[in-house]
Amino acid sequence: MRYSALKVIKEALTGHKGWDPVWRSPEPKKHYDVIIVGGGGHGLATAHYLANQYGITNVAVLEKGWIGGGNVGRNTTIIRSNYLLPENEPFYEYSMKLWENLEQDTNYNSMVSQRGILNLYHSDGQRDAFVRRGNGMIMAGAGADLLDQDAVREMYPFLDFDNARFPIKGGLLQKRGGTVRHDAVAWGYARGADSKGVDIIQNCEVTGFDIKDGICTGVKTTKGNIGANKVAVCVAGSSSRVMAQAGMNLPIESHVLQAFVTEGLKPVIDGVVTFGAGHFYVSQSDKGGLVFGGDLDGYNSYAQRGNLPVVEDVCEGGIAIMPAIGRAKLLRMWGGIMDMSMDGSPFIDRTHVKGLYFNGGWCYGGFKATPASGMCYAHLLATDTPHEVAKGFKLDRFRSGGMIDEKGVGAQPNLH
Amino acid sequence: MSQVNRLNSASKSTSINREKMFSFKFNGQTFQGYEGDTLASALLANGQILVGRSFKYHRPRGIFTAGSEEPNALIHLRTGAHQEPNARATVAELFNGLVATSQNHRGPLKYDLMAINDLMSPFLSAGFYYKTFMWPKVLWEKLYEPVIRHAAGLGELSKLDDPDIYDKGFLHCDILIIGAGPSGLSAALAAGQAGSRVILADEDFQMGGRLNSETYEVAGMAGSEWVSNTIDALAAMDNVRLMKRTTVIGAFDHGIYSAVERKTDHLLQSDGKPRQVLWKIYSKHAILSAGSTERPIAFPNNDRPGVMLAAAVRSYANRWEVTPGQAVSIFTNNDDGWRTATDLAAKGVKIAAVVDSRSIAPLAEFPGAHIEMGTEVVNTSGRHGLQTITLSNGKIIDTDCLAVSGGWNPNVHLSCHHRGIPQWNKELLAFVPGGELPPEMYVSGAANGDLSLASAIKSGHDIANKLSKALGHKGRVKACAKAENESTANSDFWFVKTDTKNRSWVDLQNDVTTKDIVLAQQEGFNSVEHVKRYTTLGMATDQGKTSNLPAMAVMADNAGKTIPEIGTTIFRPPYTPVSMSTFAGRSRGKDFRPTRLTPSHQYAEKQGAVFVEVGAWMRSQWLPKTGETHWRESVDREVTQTRNSVGMCDVSTLGKIDIQGKDAGEFLNRIYCNTFATLKVGMVRYGLMLREDGIAMDDGTTARLTETQFVMTTTTANAVSVFRHMEFCRQCLWPDLDVHLISATEQYAQYSVAGPNARKLLEKVVDKEFDISNEGFPFMACGEISVCGGTPARLFRISFSGELAYEIAVPTRYGVSMMEALMEAGSEFDSVVYGTEALGVMRIEKGHAAGNELNGQTTAHNLGMGRMVSKKKDSIGNMLSERPNMVKDDANRLVGFFPVDKSNNLNAGMHFMTTGKEANTANDEGWMTSVAFSPSLGHSIGIGYIKNGHERTGETVTAFNGLQDNTMEVEIVSAHFIDPKGERLRV
Amino acid sequence: MIINHPLLGPRDAAEFVYLGDASLMNRPEWKGEDASEEQTEKTLDAYHDYLYIRENKAGEHKELWYHEQGDRSWLVVTRHTISHEITKVELARDVAVANGNKS
Repeated sequence: MRYSALKVIKEALTGHKGWDPVWRSPEPKKHYDVIIVGGGGHGLATAHYLANQYGITNVAVLEKGWIGGGNVGRNTTIIRSNYLLPENEPFYEYSMKLWENLEQDTNYNSMVSQRGILNLYHSDGQRDAFVRRGNGMIMAGAGADLLDQDAVREMYPFLDFDNARFPIKGGLLQKRGGTVRHDAVAWGYARGADSKGVDIIQNCEVTGFDIKDGICTGVKTTKGNIGANKVAVCVAGSSSRVMAQAGMNLPIESHVLQAFVTEGLKPVIDGVVTFGAGHFYVSQSDKGGLVFGGDLDGYNSYAQRGNLPVVEDVCEGGIAIMPAIGRAKLLRMWGGIMDMSMDGSPFIDRTHVKGLYFNGGWCYGGFKATPASGMCYAHLLATDTPHEVAKGFKLDRFRSGGMIDEKGVGAQPNLH
Repeated sequence: MSQVNRLNSASKSTSINREKMFSFKFNGQTFQGYEGDTLASALLANGQILVGRSFKYHRPRGIFTAGSEEPNALIHLRTGAHQEPNARATVAELFNGLVATSQNHRGPLKYDLMAINDLMSPFLSAGFYYKTFMWPKVLWEKLYEPVIRHAAGLGELSKLDDPDIYDKGFLHCDILIIGAGPSGLSAALAAGQAGSRVILADEDFQMGGRLNSETYEVAGMAGSEWVSNTIDALAAMDNVRLMKRTTVIGAFDHGIYSAVERKTDHLLQSDGKPRQVLWKIYSKHAILSAGSTERPIAFPNNDRPGVMLAAAVRSYANRWEVTPGQAVSIFTNNDDGWRTATDLAAKGVKIAAVVDSRSIAPLAEFPGAHIEMGTEVVNTSGRHGLQTITLSNGKIIDTDCLAVSGGWNPNVHLSCHHRGIPQWNKELLAFVPGGELPPEMYVSGAANGDLSLASAIKSGHDIANKLSKALGHKGRVKACAKAENESTANSDFWFVKTDTKNRSWVDLQNDVTTKDIVLAQQEGFNSVEHVKRYTTLGMATDQGKTSNLPAMAVMADNAGKTIPEIGTTIFRPPYTPVSMSTFAGRSRGKDFRPTRLTPSHQYAEKQGAVFVEVGAWMRSQWLPKTGETHWRESVDREVTQTRNSVGMCDVSTLGKIDIQGKDAGEFLNRIYCNTFATLKVGMVRYGLMLREDGIAMDDGTTARLTETQFVMTTTTANAVSVFRHMEFCRQCLWPDLDVHLISATEQYAQYSVAGPNARKLLEKVVDKEFDISNEGFPFMACGEISVCGGTPARLFRISFSGELAYEIAVPTRYGVSMMEALMEAGSEFDSVVYGTEALGVMRIEKGHAAGNELNGQTTAHNLGMGRMVSKKKDSIGNMLSERPNMVKDDANRLVGFFPVDKSNNLNAGMHFMTTGKEANTANDEGWMTSVAFSPSLGHSIGIGYIKNGHERTGETVTAFNGLQDNTMEVEIVSAHFIDPKGERLRV
Repeated sequence: MIINHPLLGPRDAAEFVYLGDASLMNRPEWKGEDASEEQTEKTLDAYHDYLYIRENKAGEHKELWYHEQGDRSWLVVTRHTISHEITKVELARDVAVANGNKS
């Protein structure tokens, strides 16, 4: 069923009786061309692009819970392509371009909203790094603007310019950055994939892989064994646990990242703002809540909940740059499990087991990558060659010394 | 008339003080209330039924509850910078002079222009926005979204800095008791008598919980009297801390709870006291006695002002002696709802009707009231306040307040903060704590499903008694108070089924109706999490405290499942919303992070230095002289004077690590990639430290003072992390080495003395017995000396500027006087104090790497120091620095750059590409790391990384800077712009 | 969280800095001065696995914490990565010695 203005009006006038399910709930078949393990944003995007771009429709997405319940359902909804390194920036810029056409692609309004992302800087060294980054963004076609203090003040007059411990000297703005209604991304991709015949199977947990003589031929699940020519794992947050079933240890640690939202408020912050001298970033949702976050809790965890020190640290950062949001009340905090990789960059690659593919290690940057991750993973699954913009995301890059370390902190996942 | 709805009750409530009248303003109109009122009770007393508008449809909204679960009565409290958006009138304590305004309407509250949304409601069903606003593409961001954003939100921030102060504190206890209702009070009494250290926290400003709102007796006296006696008894115990106005907001790991205490929110002015305090409570055990919350029944048009929870109506009547209406009706599915009728009737309030969904015999009769059993409310009327209700038997009853009771939900929230899932109790028809509770949490009273008063008192008492005994406290615990075991009979009735077009609300704030839930399920959103996200159910400021269960009942009914099969969403902290300022505490403004001052800070201040933040440090950036109007003038002068004669710079912020032990040399050999064991006593060596992954971590000089003592310097930025890394190596990798580390960063004031006259100057301050001649103290020498007649000091002949230079270190307390002595001695040489800018210019002129070059992404190979990595010994990073991608021939190399047109200024962050090629990622060959205007050369210079740079000297490339619109041609040169042979260092 | 320091008693986790899996104490042997190409590759493999590959257990996890705001000792903490329960805390130096770690 296509959504159209006419359809919306007709349904409104006739009691909304004619809306079909956004996706079906089929029973799994015995065998698929491709099984995607994980019904999060990346898994569903992969299915969508496999079916819609690469014509591979005999596909199942297996989700142990409800689709979109992983990190696509618990993030701070920011999209941006303002990366530093040449291995990353073209990928994220490709993702941005896919975001910009997402509604038309999926016929589902995910509310892609490019209201701009502003990274503040507070020192000459930070400015120099931003100039390097901004020029790299321009060279990748992403666009960037360097703002001085006056220009920042004009955009966000209520930041603390006069009494700050680390005065705001300026900022790097990407006007095309912004936010997306995160749940709708999962639902839109599910709808796009389902409409081409992809089976989305919820409450179906993968409990093992059928691997023989180095070849993967399917998965064991709570709904029985399912065969496949290719099995594509896409379970960021649970990557180590799932891949352990295939006997693999990964260059990944699991860490908890907390995020926060305030009560609904009348519009006060238009775009996304990030603090350069503390851990805080914020945007305001279309419903009015200030959505914000900061640093990892910092210790290995699978708990999907965090502790108080980071809550305090993040709010300290918030009040340090925006003392005017002090009386906004924090409404809800939650934790997501991040696949923290050893250099802060992801993996989209084959494994040493034939027919078994891996996508993960997204750290806390997975949401903005969703479209490109899906497209590049679909490309890899369809062609067995890496997509041009994802060539660097190899599992063996640490052995060759080809780290993609944006922050330059080395093999310490909790610092990325 | 003032306070039209205040009851002139015979039995005076002790909760309000009629002797103390407060005046307050709501939407500009002045009203009166009493001490002990909440804003809500005072508004109701004055007949103010309409207090706000709903989020989506802008429907009129009235006060719904009498507690923190309130979905409707959200207001702006106070004005100006003190304005608090989304304050709940039901918990806002009244004070004289309080000012409040309603929110989320355009035009007057009564005639909100946005109410047009309500007429559009068929188009605004759940998730409507996902299906529309896509055509044409450009209009989403240009038109649709701005309109949506403009309409969004409830309350408004003042956009002014929060003027209040906030504090934080730590508390420790044996038992934290959360909630001071009957169960919490009896728990506190038992634990206190036993001798446990107890904290009793309650969110209300009056302890007692429901006992303040009910007419029950405890221990043969009025419930409120027992409360007051119990509080007196607890207050007399040294081991019990009573914390009212304190909400425990979250259960964190290892028994740590967080609580917010409201210190001055009930006062007109905070008078310099903290508004709120964030407490971190370290507990051995916690007893959750948070009570329960009444839930509504969904029925058509159930959202009108005047429709309230039945227990809330009872609270207003009993605790605040206010009736929300003049003709009150009850709609209930349980026995408890009848108590509202009984209590109000006893206070002389007219009962219009009691409507009970159950076909049982009436529990009571009230003069003139309709008693309708087996009957439901199927519609209501009254736009700005309830006027009539229509019953399923066709009767229409005039009533201005409908008290609704759908049963009680235990307040399980904190028991779920470790992601334990509550469990369905079939008898109670409610979720009770289950699954994994936070370790050492126990739940008592209504929160645990012990809904009757007697069982609530007993369960609190018993748990506290048991825990205290287990802790070894042996005090005599008295028997627990006796109370009645009132009926908690309930029924499985959740919402009125209707086939009319009328909407039945489940989430009053977010405007989620039963139809929205059914539509979500129709569209395949079957998981409770999906329904929540699709409809926004339970995501409002009340977090679904009253709406979640009715919604689950609708889902269950529609899906043909039971409520536990539908499941529940997760409760997360905080229990109620908390101001961001409260979490930030004092860490804001200049106090956001500590400030570190260098030993010569006072001296520099006197010289009028401009300071700059360098991590936590404040350092002199430059020191302007009278008449200098631009920073470059000052910096150029500082550089020139230093290069021509002599300059001094405070370098105390560099990390200093004292390394001692007989294996200290061997230890350093393993920490640095180059060799250190061979360093002679009395000499200094430059060292490059790698991370284990082979990337450069830090650099600096290390001096060997004796056979077994070294002093290492690190960069300012890495002082802490290098020390930590070295302790890791010492303790975890090589515990056999005899070596010990002490950070001495704060112990020494250290100054660079640089320039051709540096030695001459130093000879004037260094005590004569120390030979610092070029022969006696050559380049890279070091030694312990004394200055100014016996002050101990260390002297290092090292140079960052490229000049003849020394660093001299004295104990920190001599920092200012050392600087003064140096400047006095230097006056004959026209000496100068230079700041970090001049320091930076000189190191760039010399081609020394600093933070911009050592950015955690560069190898020794990139830096042109590949050969320093000794292959004759093991050292951290040695192995992995050999990986093929890290030693590529065409890797980036650090070189220097001139602008081809010397009148141009370079920028750090320019990207290099072969001239003529398009500026894109594929053509990117490297970037400029640091630039400076060189007063020595008279033009801009830069250093940076470019592919294969060491073999490209003399080549012209394009330095792209589209960001600052400053792209230019540059020539690749040696990074050593001055004195490339290092002759100045050795004279 | 609270870490029960073996010498100093229970301390708030905020006093500590986290590093990661305690396997980081098991640094492989250096290849030696005149290693063959084969030996170099083998050693590189070992270093790769040591520095980059993690078991990343959902369960009991031995991990390194540094008491930066305290006595500067490195600790090996046994902590459950789902419940966060801490069942054992040791001085890393003791573990290293018992493990036979040597320069």
